[in-house]
Amino acid sequence: MKMNLFPSLRHLFPLAAVAILPLAGCDKQPPVGNPKPGKTLTVGFSQVSAESDWRVAESKSMKDEAAKRGIDLKFSDSQGKQENQFKAIRSFIAQGVDAIILAPKVETGWEEILKEAKQAKIPVVLVDRGIKVSDDSLYVTLIASDFVAEGKLAGEWLAKKTGGMARIIELEGSPGAAPAIDRKKGFAESIAAHPGMKIIASQSGDFETGKGKEVMETLLQQHGKNITAVYAHNDNMALGAIEAIKAAGKKPGVDILIVSIDAVRAAFTAMVAGDLNCTIECNPLLGPLAFDAVEKARKGEAVPKKTVIEDRVFDQSAAAAELPNRKY
Amino acid sequence: MNMIFRRQNLPLLVTALVFVVLFGAFSVAFKNFLSLRVVTNLFMNNAHVGIIAVGLTFVILSGGIDLSVGSVLAFATVLVATLIGKFHFHPGTAIALTLLCGAVFGAGQGFLIQSYQLPPFLVTLAGMFLARGLAFMVSAKEMAIEHGFHRALAGLGLPLPGGVAFGFTACVFVVVLLVGLWIAHLTRFGRNVYAIGGSESSAVLMGLPVARTKVMIYALSGFCAALGGVVFTVQAQSGNPLNGFGMELDAIAAVVIGGTLLSGGVGQVAGTLLGVLIYGTILTAPDYLSGFDSSWQRIAIGGLLLAFIILQRFLSRASTPGG
Repeated sequence: MKMNLFPSLRHLFPLAAVAILPLAGCDKQPPVGNPKPGKTLTVGFSQVSAESDWRVAESKSMKDEAAKRGIDLKFSDSQGKQENQFKAIRSFIAQGVDAIILAPKVETGWEEILKEAKQAKIPVVLVDRGIKVSDDSLYVTLIASDFVAEGKLAGEWLAKKTGGMARIIELEGSPGAAPAIDRKKGFAESIAAHPGMKIIASQSGDFETGKGKEVMETLLQQHGKNITAVYAHNDNMALGAIEAIKAAGKKPGVDILIVSIDAVRAAFTAMVAGDLNCTIECNPLLGPLAFDAVEKARKGEAVPKKTVIEDRVFDQSAAAAELPNRKY
Repeated sequence: MNMIFRRQNLPLLVTALVFVVLFGAFSVAFKNFLSLRVVTNLFMNNAHVGIIAVGLTFVILSGGIDLSVGSVLAFATVLVATLIGKFHFHPGTAIALTLLCGAVFGAGQGFLIQSYQLPPFLVTLAGMFLARGLAFMVSAKEMAIEHGFHRALAGLGLPLPGGVAFGFTACVFVVVLLVGLWIAHLTRFGRNVYAIGGSESSAVLMGLPVARTKVMIYALSGFCAALGGVVFTVQAQSGNPLNGFGMELDAIAAVVIGGTLLSGGVGQVAGTLLGVLIYGTILTAPDYLSGFDSSWQRIAIGGLLLAFIILQRFLSRASTPGG
């Protein structure tokens, strides 16, 4: 813990120095940045937020990978606001960074700001999700998971497990969010082949544990004995649903099968405990791929316009073995 | 010269000095900070907050407060997006209607505050929830604006040396500032605002049109909030009912940093510009540091803000005899 805190404090020092500088009337502060001479890459990363385990893991992956490669990473957390992402990108351009990695909050509105980056000849690498722009050359590449495929995998696993017979509660992600839309679509496609599988209710739990629990409580009251399975668009909502099912006096994982997406560490713990049946991995450790793309783009090498990350399926039989490997 | 160095302008000069020192310190600390692009960025990044802050300056000068501005901004963004996307209005018409809605909303709040002598804090708090609710009613989720005219607005800008463009949104901010300065210092309405903030009962006794002025103040603030929303849609090319969450606090912070007293009667629109620039400079600092995580970013912003306010208080006390 102490080791983790120390670098942050060290980075805070210049800021503190700046804050007291006017009072002290002294301006001998050396420039911040990379102290070593030579050609170190400077990369700016605009992250959406730090609200879920998944985001935190993604940010950590970027920082670790940058440190490993000796890249000077400027990290900006937009606190869930697109305008803060604009601000960060403008600051990165002003600093003359060598590349920008962007995890866009939403799909729209990026045209002008990316034109600014392009004019400054700074390559932009997109992670997590795509954007809508009229000109593809505004970004180098997109590195993302295939959310539709994740939904399909979840549906296929459930079909196999239940022999194609299930009455399912679907806990959806935030309305309008790309992962929620695509995971719903993929799941619906895969269960369409099994007439015995029916979604009896589908509601949004906003990707949150608390909201997932709340929605599940209501649905348990409405549908009670009818429910044989739960499909949650992320692990956090599934964990909330598990609590609600326990509170209703049923055994999660036995009376009601539960499958979710993301594969965060807490999901593995729940699987080892027998509460959760299956989780589909949505890998947030994008650092290595993102910096590969950055370095290729700097060298002028060709980069595919889209890189899809392959996702894996973990069920209870694999959980115990995998748990120690989970970093997030 | 005498005009500028009058005693009542001293706090403003101190604020200006502090901004220069703050910006100077960052320029020393951060590579490439002292540049035309960074100054332009300050105007671009903070155009919507700045426009809101100008309107809010009048409210605070009059001794009131308007907490609804962030929600009105959100409402304006979805209204513009919906009028264009769903009802196929021309962006020009959509923008005009939205600005009118903002002004009417503000005037309604002003009317309630004035005619029932209600506390502005509570009325505009209710307005904050109401406008946010209306925003969600108009559109529950983000709505993209796909119209050539609207996109063309985003591409407008004054070209500056070094490939930097002073964008459309920043230009609107500057125009709003100039109009704000004119209203505050050269119109009867502006003088009435200062008089009401100084002492409302004296203003009534002097026979000033207090009731009408107060309604107009809140209408102006509502108008500015809606204009902030319009500028926001030009920047993001979309409307979202979640926009501007907590932005009223950013705007209030900028106004107060700019030297306007929350108790009313004292302050200037020019100070608000400085407040916006100072606040924007502090917010942008973490982007220039390496390997900074989010919790530290927030702590740093809080610490810098606090340090700044203490410094400002210290300097203005030193500069006003007996203050």
